Amino acid sequence: MAKAAIAFPEPKTVVIRSSNGWTALNLRELWVYRELVYFMTWRDLKVRYKQTALGVSWAVIQPFLNMVVFSIFFGGLAHIQADNGIPYPIFSFVALLPWTLFTNALNNASRSLVSHQNMITKIYFPKLVLPLASVLSGLVDFLIAFVVLIGIALYYNLTRQAHITITTALWTLIPFLLMALMTALGIALWLSALYVQYRDVGYILPFLSSILQFISPVVYSTTMIPAKWQMIYALNPMAGVINGFRWAILGTPTGPDTRLIISAVVALVILVSGMIYFRRMERTFADTI
Amino acid sequence: MKPVILAENLGKRYRIGLTPQKYRTLSESISQAVSRPFRRAGAIIRRSVGQDVLQPGEEYIWALKDINFEVQQGQVLGIIGRNGAGKSTLLKVLSRITEPTTGTVAIRGRVGSLLEVGTGFHPELTGRENIFLNGAILGMRNAEIVRKFDEIVAFSEVEQFIDTPVKRYSSGMYLRLAFAVAAHLEPEILVVDEVLAVGDVEFQKKCLGKMGDVARDGRTVLFVSHNMSAVLRLTQESIVMEKGRLVLRAPSSEAVDYYLSAGNAKVGERIWEAGEVPADAAPFRPIAMRLLDKAGKIVDTVRSTEAFKIEMEYALAGPLTGLRIGIYLSTARGEFVLTSFDTDDQKHFEKYGSRPAGHYISGCVLPPDFLNGGRYTLGVNASSYRVRRYFMDEQALTFNVDTSGAPGMQWAEPRPGVLRPRLEWKIESK
Repeated sequence: MAKAAIAFPEPKTVVIRSSNGWTALNLRELWVYRELVYFMTWRDLKVRYKQTALGVSWAVIQPFLNMVVFSIFFGGLAHIQADNGIPYPIFSFVALLPWTLFTNALNNASRSLVSHQNMITKIYFPKLVLPLASVLSGLVDFLIAFVVLIGIALYYNLTRQAHITITTALWTLIPFLLMALMTALGIALWLSALYVQYRDVGYILPFLSSILQFISPVVYSTTMIPAKWQMIYALNPMAGVINGFRWAILGTPTGPDTRLIISAVVALVILVSGMIYFRRMERTFADTI
Repeated sequence: MKPVILAENLGKRYRIGLTPQKYRTLSESISQAVSRPFRRAGAIIRRSVGQDVLQPGEEYIWALKDINFEVQQGQVLGIIGRNGAGKSTLLKVLSRITEPTTGTVAIRGRVGSLLEVGTGFHPELTGRENIFLNGAILGMRNAEIVRKFDEIVAFSEVEQFIDTPVKRYSSGMYLRLAFAVAAHLEPEILVVDEVLAVGDVEFQKKCLGKMGDVARDGRTVLFVSHNMSAVLRLTQESIVMEKGRLVLRAPSSEAVDYYLSAGNAKVGERIWEAGEVPADAAPFRPIAMRLLDKAGKIVDTVRSTEAFKIEMEYALAGPLTGLRIGIYLSTARGEFVLTSFDTDDQKHFEKYGSRPAGHYISGCVLPPDFLNGGRYTLGVNASSYRVRRYFMDEQALTFNVDTSGAPGMQWAEPRPGVLRPRLEWKIESK
């Protein structure tokens, strides 16, 4: 029998032992597993609209129908005014873009561990891959919906109901988008880790999404918030994100200022604390899920 | 040389859910009822920051305890034991899926674990897509999967359907594809749990062949299986686990013998308690199976040179038509020696075509100079031919056969074979 027919490079020794307390973030390992992040994202995308009649159109229909409903009830019946006389539909659609991305990412990522139980109990990999891939796969929907936004903007420009121009501020959408993803991932890291142990999180999620929507300027404008509450309002990172989107695309007076810094810091704190908590709980996932 | 795997003092503790409450006084009950919600809330909070605490009524169980062993490079080690003996937990610890509670394992090299085939397979995706996805999940690089793609497809024998969603596959095709991906994983250490129990016999053979190749390549393999012939074929050495402990490490043939004989099979006499009999056995109820020597004494060792009796005692709650009690005699390794039924004889068959309710003993005598020395297992089965099987226990009893006084004992060598008959030799000189 030909033993040791393959020459192995001298492998690293890994010592497996019980790790107590707080562990290092170990982002390096996540990097090693980047292909898995890619494949899980790809799988999410592939599978998401399988066996649906409308397919990928759902990425557009969701925010679009929300826009219609908001325009009728909030813009029409409740007479909520958009800044600078911007037509309400496009005013809300611009907010719905990052908002839909955010809630979908939050929901999918929070459920990602429990919905991949099998992988967690049968395979070793950095579990961070799962919520991360869920968050990333929402980006494609966002891009599709963004194309629709361009269509809506063209419509309003052509019918001269608004004048939306391409400005240099548009590049700021990227950091704003990043901030939305960071926030969604951060909250989802907390919730997904808790969800492994307590399925109560599944009931909290829809409720949390609607509360967050009320405290974010999705259907109304931040300018409606009294000045003395503005700083507290800015503690919600999504307020910063939506204000930024409206400012960059529609030119509303909600551009970057101190409040944005507050939002960004909160987003970062949520993300980092989420990662630390997630890493701490990670070692118990396979046993408690 | 340094071992590839070195496990020291390994232990794994799990919480198990509510155990029945013991009888308490009223005042105890009240004070418990008051403090319980607080202790519970405390446990919930402490648990959600990762502490391992018990809620009221919960208990710990050690799934692994004091496990020490080492594995050298290129060794193929079998792990055998009953369900719940801790085999899977051990593999999970070795593949870093779960952390040990105590002790350490030092591992040199990349571990590929196959605790299940098809992990991460998505029914909506095609065979092709699932190969890439599953490969990535098992830790293969994309380039590696691309390189081996054709080989994987050929191995799985599903070429025609490779672009069909796997939800349209038959279960056999699904498993073949899943195993094919897994089989092409090339880690330095391969940890395999029972995945060979898939597919048809042909495919199983192919899988075993593939495993053998892996082992010959000089990789280290840890192999858990209930298939003893696979364990014997693939491994030189095995460890036997019982209730979370490692009870034996020995050459595989020895370990398999130990495992097969140390289990449910009781020695000399097997008595079935009411709780052990499945409800669907009714109206048949097994009572006991015994091995008796010439003098009618219950024994666990019989002499090869003497006749012995096998008895099956049972009760019928109602009349049964066509009932037959069968015994299955096999070696401790699982090779069948014989099968016999109490109504084999034509006269018995006619007389006992229908048995009224009552208490029975079916017994038979095995002749002297019949079995070779070694360990044997007796199974029992109660059925009506082509109607129903009432009861079956494949390992009801084990016993030893001692060869002292048997023909040929002047030579102390072990004699291969199951039978040890006293044959009439004639030696003629011409």
